[in-house]
Amino acid sequence: MQATPSQSEPVIRIRDLKKSFGSLHVLRGVDLDVKENENMVVLGRSGTGKSVLIKILVGLLNQDFGEARVLGKDVQQLNGKELDLFRQQVGFSFQSSALYDSMSIRENLEFPLVRNVRNLSQGEINKAVEEALDDVGLSQAINQMPSELSGGQRKRIGIARTLILKPKVMLYDEPTAGLDPITCIEINNLINEVRERFKATSIIITHDLTCAKTTGDRVAILLDGRFARVGTFDEVFSDPDERIQQFYNYNFTN
Amino acid sequence: MQSDVNKSASPSSNKPFLTRRIDSFFATITDVASFNARFFRELVLPPYEFKEIVRQCYEVGYRSLLLISVTGFITGIVFTNQSRPSLAEFGATSWLPKLIAIAIIRALGPLVTALIAAGKVGSSIGAELGSMNVTEQIDAMEVSGTDPFKFLVVSRVIATSFTIPLLTMYTIFVALIGAYINVNVNEQTSFPSFIQEVFGAITYLDIFASVIKSFVFGYTIGMVGCYKGYHSSKGTEGVGKAANSSVVTAMFLVFMEELLSLQIVSALRAS
Repeated sequence: MQATPSQSEPVIRIRDLKKSFGSLHVLRGVDLDVKENENMVVLGRSGTGKSVLIKILVGLLNQDFGEARVLGKDVQQLNGKELDLFRQQVGFSFQSSALYDSMSIRENLEFPLVRNVRNLSQGEINKAVEEALDDVGLSQAINQMPSELSGGQRKRIGIARTLILKPKVMLYDEPTAGLDPITCIEINNLINEVRERFKATSIIITHDLTCAKTTGDRVAILLDGRFARVGTFDEVFSDPDERIQQFYNYNFTN
Repeated sequence: MQSDVNKSASPSSNKPFLTRRIDSFFATITDVASFNARFFRELVLPPYEFKEIVRQCYEVGYRSLLLISVTGFITGIVFTNQSRPSLAEFGATSWLPKLIAIAIIRALGPLVTALIAAGKVGSSIGAELGSMNVTEQIDAMEVSGTDPFKFLVVSRVIATSFTIPLLTMYTIFVALIGAYINVNVNEQTSFPSFIQEVFGAITYLDIFASVIKSFVFGYTIGMVGCYKGYHSSKGTEGVGKAANSSVVTAMFLVFMEELLSLQIVSALRAS
């Protein structure tokens, strides 16, 4: 049941995607292709629907119109069992890290593993947990509780929890939000390492231009519910569009 | 998918106030009914979260045990003490064990346990699930390939439904111990004589009704806590409201159910 797109098809393909909440039209016809092993950064101001977009890609929200295909699958058409199998291949790193407060770090990491991969011995589980923690450089935190960790450590553990299933696609929701500049650099490096090591295709949602420049092969800028410009960082920000320039200037002067 | 439901549930703001309130009331009733229906559907469908159910049973019992011990004991002593003067007027203090047994087993035991559990366990479930909702832990569970409803809601409601009847039996036992100490000190009644009087006064129907009633109370407390927490609005204020509203709603429903069970058991006793 390993879903893989055909050679010509992009790993993530979004066509004319629309989503509204009541009278609030968040996405007004979004188109995007993300190629295999590519890091695509989606930039935009708060409340422009960036997180809504990736929540649709993982089936947490349903679109009102349009198509979202990931790994060759139309996400909205997947039923319960198919969606569970699909989600094993798609890692989602939440803005708030979303670590389970009542569980230790070990239990947090074991959780997706024991629930998705049956018949694993305790030795295999321990090995996978240790490897995932090694990948994010936090082996020493294994027996700690989430409340004992800093914001940056929580983010890294959140990423480790998604990596434990070795996903083909990674979706990062504001990975550097609320972190100090040094930790931001560490997280950016980690995103690049994940791409190298797991050959994962990623979408990184952010409004941090440093993160965009460091991690993104291409950048898509979301304005008024549509992508105003998609290209490399330099291509996008050389666009004379006033709204894009305003976004750039605000980020680098504040 | 709950975010969709929350955001689309708000009634249209251009309707008159009363119409909006009526719409909102029926929308809530429908939502609660579908939440309960989903519980029964998920309850029978595999996979079964046995480990989580056992963990929740332990949490519910362990969290409430000390408070229930103290409250039950004090209830026994106070009720005995307050009943004595009325019986003494007729020289009928020997009826105290019977009166106490009937009151504690039929009403006080289940009610005191349910109210303590609503305050202690119901609020805790509401706050925990509310907090998980706010911090995207429920979404994280869903993308981890786990049905959060089954893992969080079904396990907790089963745990409260089966643990609260056990806690009720324990409360009754502790309250009767408190009552015995009071009776022994004041009337010098021996333990065998007290026990004989207690069991002479009650019937199987009393015990059966008490257990069934506690089961319903437990289901109500668990379900209300889970519903409020699962549907809490985003933000820390939403978590506080979920916890508070879990307690208030559960206590109100427990009293309503107590009233209903009184009518049913009275009818059964008369027949």
